[in-house]
Amino acid sequence: MEHLDRLEAQSIFILREAYKKFGKLGMLWSIGKDSTVLLWLANKAFFGHCPFPLIHVDTTYKIPDMIAYRDRLAAEMGLELIVHRNETGLAEGMGPERGRLTCCKALKTEALQEVVLKYQFEGLILGIRRDEEGSRSKERVFSERTKDAEWDYTNQPPEFWDQFKTDFPKGNHIRVHPLLHWNELDIWAYIKRENIPLIDLYFAKDGKRYRSLGCWPCTKPIASNATTIDAIIKELENTSVSERAGRMQDQEDAYAMQKLRKDGYM
Amino acid sequence: MTDKRDTLKIVVVGHVDHGKSTLIGRLLYDTESLPEGAIAKVKRICKEKGKSFEYAYLLDAFEEEQKQGITIDTTQIQFFTQQRDYVIIDAPGHKEFLKNMISGAANAEAALLIIDAHEGIQEQSKRHGYILSLLGIKQVDVLVNKMDLIDYSQAKFDQIKAEFNNFLSTLNVHPQQYIPVSAFLGENITTNSAKMAWYTGEPVLRALDMLHKERGLAEKPLRLPIQDVYKFDDRRIIAGRLETGCLSVGDKILISPGGKTTTVKTIEAWVDRDKQAAVEAGQSVGITVTDEFFNQRGEYISRVANPPLQAKLFKASLVWLGKHDLLQNQKYKLKLTTQEVECEIYAIEKVVDAASLDSNANVQRVKINDVAEVIIKTKQVVCFDDFSDNQSTGRFVLVDGYDVSGGGIITGLYTAAKTPAAENTEFADAHKPVAPIARLAATAGKPLVRLEREQRLRQKGRVIWLTGSEEAQFNRAVSLERELFDLEKQAYYLDRQTILDQFLRESTGDDWIAKLADIAKILLDTGLIVILASGTVERDQLEKARAIIGKHDFLEIDAEAAGEVGELTQLTDVAV
Repeated sequence: MEHLDRLEAQSIFILREAYKKFGKLGMLWSIGKDSTVLLWLANKAFFGHCPFPLIHVDTTYKIPDMIAYRDRLAAEMGLELIVHRNETGLAEGMGPERGRLTCCKALKTEALQEVVLKYQFEGLILGIRRDEEGSRSKERVFSERTKDAEWDYTNQPPEFWDQFKTDFPKGNHIRVHPLLHWNELDIWAYIKRENIPLIDLYFAKDGKRYRSLGCWPCTKPIASNATTIDAIIKELENTSVSERAGRMQDQEDAYAMQKLRKDGYM
Repeated sequence: MTDKRDTLKIVVVGHVDHGKSTLIGRLLYDTESLPEGAIAKVKRICKEKGKSFEYAYLLDAFEEEQKQGITIDTTQIQFFTQQRDYVIIDAPGHKEFLKNMISGAANAEAALLIIDAHEGIQEQSKRHGYILSLLGIKQVDVLVNKMDLIDYSQAKFDQIKAEFNNFLSTLNVHPQQYIPVSAFLGENITTNSAKMAWYTGEPVLRALDMLHKERGLAEKPLRLPIQDVYKFDDRRIIAGRLETGCLSVGDKILISPGGKTTTVKTIEAWVDRDKQAAVEAGQSVGITVTDEFFNQRGEYISRVANPPLQAKLFKASLVWLGKHDLLQNQKYKLKLTTQEVECEIYAIEKVVDAASLDSNANVQRVKINDVAEVIIKTKQVVCFDDFSDNQSTGRFVLVDGYDVSGGGIITGLYTAAKTPAAENTEFADAHKPVAPIARLAATAGKPLVRLEREQRLRQKGRVIWLTGSEEAQFNRAVSLERELFDLEKQAYYLDRQTILDQFLRESTGDDWIAKLADIAKILLDTGLIVILASGTVERDQLEKARAIIGKHDFLEIDAEAAGEVGELTQLTDVAV
């Protein structure tokens, strides 16, 4: 088996475990490259029938193209899509000017937990990867969150031999991470091999492209002339800048992501 | 960099503070595998804390880890050499984080075990060595680190090497290389160190490139544990991952337990590029079969000629990671591939001190981080292989409450007998589904089978057919029944005369031997040990009886020869 085949087989195995084990399961879809690969893998795992709803946590600050693309693809593929906003937070005027981390916590973390409670999800599938940043590199494939969405990262249970955490008290939920073992280049190589449709914000226009997608006030495009997947792969092979360098919330504090994720951030 | 290159997963283990994270940080730095951002971030943190650059911070990402200078949880990070890509798994060295060490190490294909040259071999050096042997990681290099602190002394290096090699060889772990290094100063990491000219082996990077990926999983017997069965449309797809072996459309397959056979009709796929007529180990697949009987998660697909073992009792070595001690007779959930069953610890044979290899045989509990040899009894039959034959189908975890609390490897079926080759075959055969004696079929419910009765009786049904003079047979039958009874076995003797007089009066000729064998066979089906004093019988008649009863259940014993009842107990003591 080749490298991408191994990654794919492992992800499919994880998706099938999650589907078997959790009565109420949903998959986060951020419109970005990783969760779009995840959607592709779910179709492979279940032979063209993605058997759980997709969830989009809409901060209302997303780059407008993302929303247009989301609605178009969902209609084309006939996806069951749950779009959720933290309406209370938004009504009270929450936004990045109140502080990036405060805003992330309210419009992403809290909105996500509202979805979990509203739909009684036992499992949430997310497209995070170990190579993105430090606290994600320490994650488990099946990672428990308490009823308050908290992650007890200093005392994670053992996880080995693909025997995942499937027993937990009612009210808690499990974050399932089928792409944990992939890296950024793997994702691009796979998108190329499988010819996966992708939003064009990733491809350079006027000397700029997005390497990681998020909310427009806190996400900066990088200087790039890469207009094709091959050009992107070549660019990534030669860069020494990290993938999330354009995500400004990460830079707020040395442990910003750890702090956000401890409270239930993706 | 992606599709055509190999990726090898390596774990770095060893005692706390012996320099695991520093070594990895150094490897990443020297191979320029890190993004600028990562190094800049660590520089910034170190500056804020008034420290010099800490390579370990590249991996110890948690605030708690950086503040306390320890690794709490395992991390995986990638780096690249000319030859291939690596995933390096950092594992904590503190005893209290052994669960995290195992979570990391269990994914690895090879290991680097680090020993501090100044401190020498410590408790976790040995415990981690033991864990590597338990995880079946055979490729190991030992790095003797902090050589700068002992003036790059060859004598001290040789001493550590000899002492540790001695320890590891008792675990059947045979390191490929011992490398003297200074991770912090970069000596013997990417190139040979000028400070240790006496060392003629490879530096770490080259040693890594000499490790190899495990091949040959596809050549092993087919093991496809069923993960789920889907019916999204008109197809009924059996989904699962091939742990070993390969499978093609048209192959005849056996589904265990239950022993049904069928044929692979199709291998399903969503996109055209995945449509294949044959699949192999490692692939997550979906198949349809020609006979649509009920299938469920946990069943095993194999070749007819090469089924997995099936039993409710087996021997295992395990490491316990639970908050509460592992107790004999306590109930746990056992997860083995996709099977999940309730189990109990039938016996704790011994608890091993993983650092000294001393063992204690009289214990009823296994404490956290201890290693033990146990016998596990499951509520339902489970399918598995010996770990030495097949790693992925020979290992399991135990769940206590909500948590995975231990992991183990299966070392064999449980039997009190010694294990000469003949017995192995016998046990394997004994665990094949036994065809029940044909009785009127019930209209509802599942009829009891012999295996269940045997489990209740804690013995294996057998027919002990005595030969020799009639008098010797009779005497032996009576004494044997008593001896087995005293050993808490259920045994019953039949003598030819009684049977002939009372039941077989109408029978004539040689037919009586077949009738006698039939009666013995019915009793055998109850799980009983039947002792037969059949009188003088011709050899061909005896073989006829053996054929009726079945060669594995038929024990021929010469009543005149001196015999040990102990041997018989062993033959009937097979737990099932």
